[in-house]
Order: sequence, then C-alpha cells, then structure tokens
Amino acid sequence: MVTHTQTDGTRTWSRRTQKQSLIRWVAWLIGVAVFVFCWNRISEVTTWFFVWDAPRIAGDIFGRATPPRWSYIDQLWGPIWDTLNIATLGTIISLMLAVPVAFLAARNTTPSKMFIRPIALFIIVATRSINSLIWALLLIAIIGPGVFAGIVAIAIRSIGFCAKLLYEAIEEINETQVEAITATGASRWQVMLYGVVPQILPAFAGIAVFRWDINIRESTVLGLVGAGGIGLQLSASLNVLAWPQVTLILLVILVAVVVGEWVSAKVRGAII
Amino acid sequence: MLKLDKLVKTYNTGDQALKSVVLEIPQGQVLALIGPSGAGKSTLIRCINRLVEPTSGTVHLDGVELTRLGSGALRRDRRRMGMIFQEYALVERLTVMENVLSGRLGYVGFWRSFLRKFPQSDVDNAYRLLDRVGLLHMADKRADELSGGQRQRVGICRALIQDPALLLVDEPTASLDPKTSRQIMRLIVELCSERGLAAIINIHDVALAKMFVQRVVGLESGAIVFDGAPDDLTPDMLTHIYGEEDWEATIEKVTDAEEEAAQ
Amino acid sequence: MNGASVSELDTLIGTGWKKPPLIKRDWLRWGLVIGALIYLIAAINSVEVNWERVYAGLDRGAAFIAAFLQPDFESRAGDIWEGMLESIVMAITSTVVGIAISIPIGLGAARNIAPLPVYLVCRAIIAVSRALQEIIVAILLVAIFGFGPLAGFLTLSFATIGFLSKLLAEEIESMDKVQAEAVKATGSRWAQWVNYGVQPQFMPRLIGLSMYRLDINFRESAILGLVGAGGIGATLNTAFDRYEYDTAAAILLIIIVIVMGLEYLSGLIRARVQ
Repeated sequence: MVTHTQTDGTRTWSRRTQKQSLIRWVAWLIGVAVFVFCWNRISEVTTWFFVWDAPRIAGDIFGRATPPRWSYIDQLWGPIWDTLNIATLGTIISLMLAVPVAFLAARNTTPSKMFIRPIALFIIVATRSINSLIWALLLIAIIGPGVFAGIVAIAIRSIGFCAKLLYEAIEEINETQVEAITATGASRWQVMLYGVVPQILPAFAGIAVFRWDINIRESTVLGLVGAGGIGLQLSASLNVLAWPQVTLILLVILVAVVVGEWVSAKVRGAII
Repeated sequence: MLKLDKLVKTYNTGDQALKSVVLEIPQGQVLALIGPSGAGKSTLIRCINRLVEPTSGTVHLDGVELTRLGSGALRRDRRRMGMIFQEYALVERLTVMENVLSGRLGYVGFWRSFLRKFPQSDVDNAYRLLDRVGLLHMADKRADELSGGQRQRVGICRALIQDPALLLVDEPTASLDPKTSRQIMRLIVELCSERGLAAIINIHDVALAKMFVQRVVGLESGAIVFDGAPDDLTPDMLTHIYGEEDWEATIEKVTDAEEEAAQ
Repeated sequence: MNGASVSELDTLIGTGWKKPPLIKRDWLRWGLVIGALIYLIAAINSVEVNWERVYAGLDRGAAFIAAFLQPDFESRAGDIWEGMLESIVMAITSTVVGIAISIPIGLGAARNIAPLPVYLVCRAIIAVSRALQEIIVAILLVAIFGFGPLAGFLTLSFATIGFLSKLLAEEIESMDKVQAEAVKATGSRWAQWVNYGVQPQFMPRLIGLSMYRLDINFRESAILGLVGAGGIGATLNTAFDRYEYDTAAAILLIIIVIVMGLEYLSGLIRARVQ
C-alpha cells in the first residue's frame, strides 16, 4: 500500500507499488499465455466436427440408455458383494501396512530421521501418486485378473493416504503426556501403548472410515481393467453397447457411493 | 539421598540451562525450587530422571549413579522417582483408573499392560490412593471429563502408585485457581510426610512455597543463588532472584483467617 | 461423605478392575463383534485366489521391481513426452476452467450468502459432480465427444467443480460474519460486498485448494488415457500390455516426481499466502 503525490499536489492511494503491480501483470500475462498454449494443444488434436455433433449423439445415447434394464440387477448382486469386499478388505490390509509406515515417518517416533524417515516418506508419496487403477493394471499383469488383484491394488493405493494423515496426527500429539508415561519407568512399547496410541486412536478411526468411503468409490471402477467387482459388468456392457445395462450399473454405483458416504459420516459422527 | 554434583545442561541451541548445579537432599525433605521462568527449574528436575539428558555432572539416588545407567536400568530406577506435571499430563483419552495404573507400567510386562490385567495388589492400591484424594467415585470416568484440581489429584496418584522414594513436582499449581492450588500443595506435602518421601517442587508462587516447605532453593539463570529456610528469604534475596518488585506483600505470613477462607 | 467413601472403598478392595467397554450394552457389543467376524470370514472365503497364478507372477513382480531400478526413459521417449505434455496440458486447463466455474457455484452453495433456490441448484451440481467417478464421466464423454484430450479436459473440469465448490462453500459458511457485516454496513452493493467482505476471507484457502486440485488433476489425468480420454494413461497401458515394465516404470517414476514437485510447490505457495 502506497501513496503518491501527483504533479498537481493531490495525493492518490494505490494498493501496490509500481514494481509490485508490474510483477503482478507479468505473472498474469504468463498465466494467460500458458493457458492459451495449453488450450491450443487440446484444440489441435480435437475433431471439432464431432464436438458440434455432440448434442445429437448425447441425445441419441440417452434415448438408447433409458429406461434402465431393471431385470439385469439379478446378475449384479455377486459383483456388488465383490466390490464391497475389495473396499473393506483392501482398507483393512492397507491400515495394517500404514500404521508402521506412519510411525516410521513421524518425526517424533521415527527411529532415524536420516535414513528411515525418507524411505517411509517415499513409500507414502509413491503409493499415493499412483492411482488405484494403475496399481490394478500392474497387479493384473503380475498376479492375474480377479478380485484379489483389486484388493491388493486398493490396499497399496491407500497406504500412502492413510499413513500421511496418521503421521500428521502422530506429530501433533501432546508430548508431555508421553513424557509422563516415560517418567514412570515404562518401556518403549509401553510408552507407545499408553502415551501415544490413546492420543491417535480417534484420528485413526476417522481415517479408516474416511478411506473406506473413498475405497468404495474406487473399487466400483477397478473392474474396468479386470480387477473384479461391478466395474467388470460395466466394462462388459460397454463393450457390447448395452446402454440400458450401463444405466442400471451407473445407478447401482451411485447408490453404493451415497450409502458409503452416509455410513462413513454416521460412524465418524459416533466416534468424534 | 539425592545428590546432584556439578550438573550442567547445555541445549543444542547453545543455551546454558544449568550451570554446574550442586544440591543434596536428605530422606524425607520437601524442597521448593523457586525462580523466574527460564531459570532452568524444569530442566533441573528433568535432568534428575533423565527425561532431559544432562550434558555433564552426576546425579546419585541412594548411591546409584543415575547419569551412568543404560536404558533398562534407567527405567528400573525411574520407578523410584514419581513425577507430577504442570498441565497434569494425564493421558486424556484413558480412564482415571488407567491413568493411575499407568504408574505401575515399570513393574508389569507389556502384555499385562496391553490387556489392562494389572496385579490385584496394584488395583487395590489404586483404589486406596483414589480414595485418599477423594476421587474413588471417578475411577471409570475419562480423564478429560475431570476439572483441573481433580486431574492433578489423579496425577499425584499416578506418581505415588510407583511407590517412589522421591517426588519430582513441576509447577503443580500453575494452571489452578488459588484455592485449588493450596489444596493441591497441602495434599502433596501431607502425602510426602505420611510416606516419608523427599520431594523437589518447582514453583513460581513464592508465598505458596513458603507456606508448605522446610527448605527453599532459588535458581537464577541456571545457578543456585539461594538455599535456606523459607524465613531467610528476604526481599533483597527475591529481588536478586526475580528482579525489582515490591516483595513485602508476598512475604507477609498468610494469616490463619485467610487460610480458613481458602478452604 | 467420608464415611460413605470408606465403605465404598471396602467393597472395591480385592475386586478386580476392568476397563469399561466402549459400547455399554453387552448384546450390542457382542452382536457387532460377531457380525464383523461373520462378515470377514464370508468375505475372505469369497475371494478366490489362484495361488499358483500368484506364485507364477512373482517372477514378473521381481522383473517389475528390477525395472523400477533400471527404468527405460529412452526407447519410447517420444510417446512418453507427448503423453506427459498432454497430461500436463489437461491438468492445467481443467484446473483453470474448473476454478473459474467453481467460484460462482461455491458462492451460490454457501447458505449464508445465497438465496435458497440458488443454493439448492448449486448444491445439486456439487452432489452430482462428486458422486460420479472421473473415469465413468470420462467414458461417457468419450462416447459423446470422441477420443482425445477434450473429453479428458471436460472430465477433470467437471470433477474440479464438485471438489472446489464444496470446500469453498464450506469455507464461506464458516467465515467471520463480523468482517462481512462491517463491509455491508458501509452500504456496498452485493458484488462489492462479496469483493471486499467475503473474498479476502476465502482467497488464501482458494489458492491452496487450487494447487492441491492441480496435483489431483494431474494424477487423475494419468488414468483417463485408459478409456481413451487423452494423457499419459494410454502410453502406460500400452507399456503394460506389451510387458515393457522398464518403460512403465519410467512413466510411473516421472509421475511420482511431478507429483512430489507439485506438492512441494503447493506447500511453498500455501505458506506464502497464509
């Protein structure tokens, strides 16, 4: 914020100095240029004829996709059960793996800040950066298609997410409570058990339910690459252009996601 | 019984918190450690049970050189030093009973503590202590449901159930109102005399200290500048410890009438 | 009181102590435990694991880990570069467009500043956007707009709207009313009021969230290629299909590095604006 004295002696106020506003303008200019460049690249490889035709195609698909084929639901109960299992078992496995990683990554509990903490942080970033669908692709190549690959994909993908939130919770604990337990002559593991664990248990439960909710969503689409669950049916129906079935599956997925969110909100409300 | 010799603590930042402290405390003596914030009171008592690792010097407890012990032996000797904290430092999400029993962790194995299966004698002892401080009916309440004074009583039980020879007390009344502060101080001093415990009480409230202890040690910038009976604490001495201030009001004996009112 | 507590103590001495259970009612507690056990057993039994196949796959797993240590950036450098650039382009454009659309919708979805009809419409948009998976939206948009990054761009923009508008609306709903009222009291019009009283309060958070969303959009753009919506996913999928693990490893490593870089950058920016 600066004030200037004009040639006629009046003083004007402006929020920024000239240099600041110049930098801002240059930053905006660069931003706009980047955006225009990016947009051009998309535009170049787009067949605009299809795009102008899109409303008609959308209407056409919509016409063919309604009404949903309700009778198809009989074939969906199995895949729905699989989807639930992929999410739940995947979450349980990932929590078992995430807890040690989180303790190794938290500054106040890691055995070595120099060596072990960076490794733990790398595990967190690597598992988090890669989408569960890609993990599923990878696992299918390794252990073959099926529900098991889906569970493992969800488990690996969730390690980073859970461990990150958990280690942040561990770093926020009240150290004097830990000190107090240490002062009684408790062993290292007892200090963990009485000083650290009670403090992070609510966060842990919250994270578990939150991630389970996300995993329900993710497991509905894992089947697209062959990792089991309702996505398998979706992919099959899409391949034969059975649009009424696709509509029903999408409705089922929607219901699953909403129910998952509702359950997780209820449980979190009960814990916290 | 407790002997500190040339105890020095220099933090990594270069701050010298303790400058060659020499102090000896006989069996059963309750000592108040006074001094302004940052004088090194907290560091001093944490160096005794090695929550803070002293830079040099020795600490002897009943002839055992604590500063030399390995981690296993240190844990065994920590059991003999109960500690009471400024902000109570109860594990808030555990019950009162678990907090009290956590004082026995040094005596029971991991799995027993994991399953909360403490020996019956420990449980009985916990009940007796809670009864002694008037919180027996709160045993199954969670610690964060308690008021400040109640929490500090639980903290006292946790320290006493260790069956210690020495109490290390860090600003026990700093977060309490004046009336509760006196009650807590009285309780600590009473329990020490009942059980013949020695105690070091860090306290910034000089008047409160003088009411209850036999010996006062003044710490200033990490060095002991006063060691004597409470009555020897003159305004000049307090000025030396804390800096310029009108000390007459603080030094006046608290009358019995006030004492009654406080209860 | 003292007499009562002495007798209370006497009754307690010698009795054991158990931690009070989290769920007080016995039948409910045991019901939940048994229900959970039955579910777990049923779930685990229904998972068919072909252990021979898994065992045979261990070699390939080892090959992949070996490939991770020796990633091959060279042989498909052209494809990787094209794919990465397309992913980044999609992430940037969709984030910008997503933010631009999110701000009005976020304002509209904040109950304390929007009238009820607007609020309901905006909340409905957010709900739809959040309930639909990116990949499913991408499938539909590819069917409508044809293959290519345009479908990916639209998908990510749509997902960004649900994410940002919701958090923005929550931020506005929890803002400090006094500051906003003070500006209103000066007699400003609605747009001025939003600009001076509301905007300064959510700006830092909006910038932080936008960076976070850019990071998410980039990660998501890596899978959209699986269904033909452009980006690095197509190259990655091809690499897996051809069992070219060293190329796949190279792509995954680049993704990880870019995500780490973005996280570092967003950390810096958030630290500056807050």
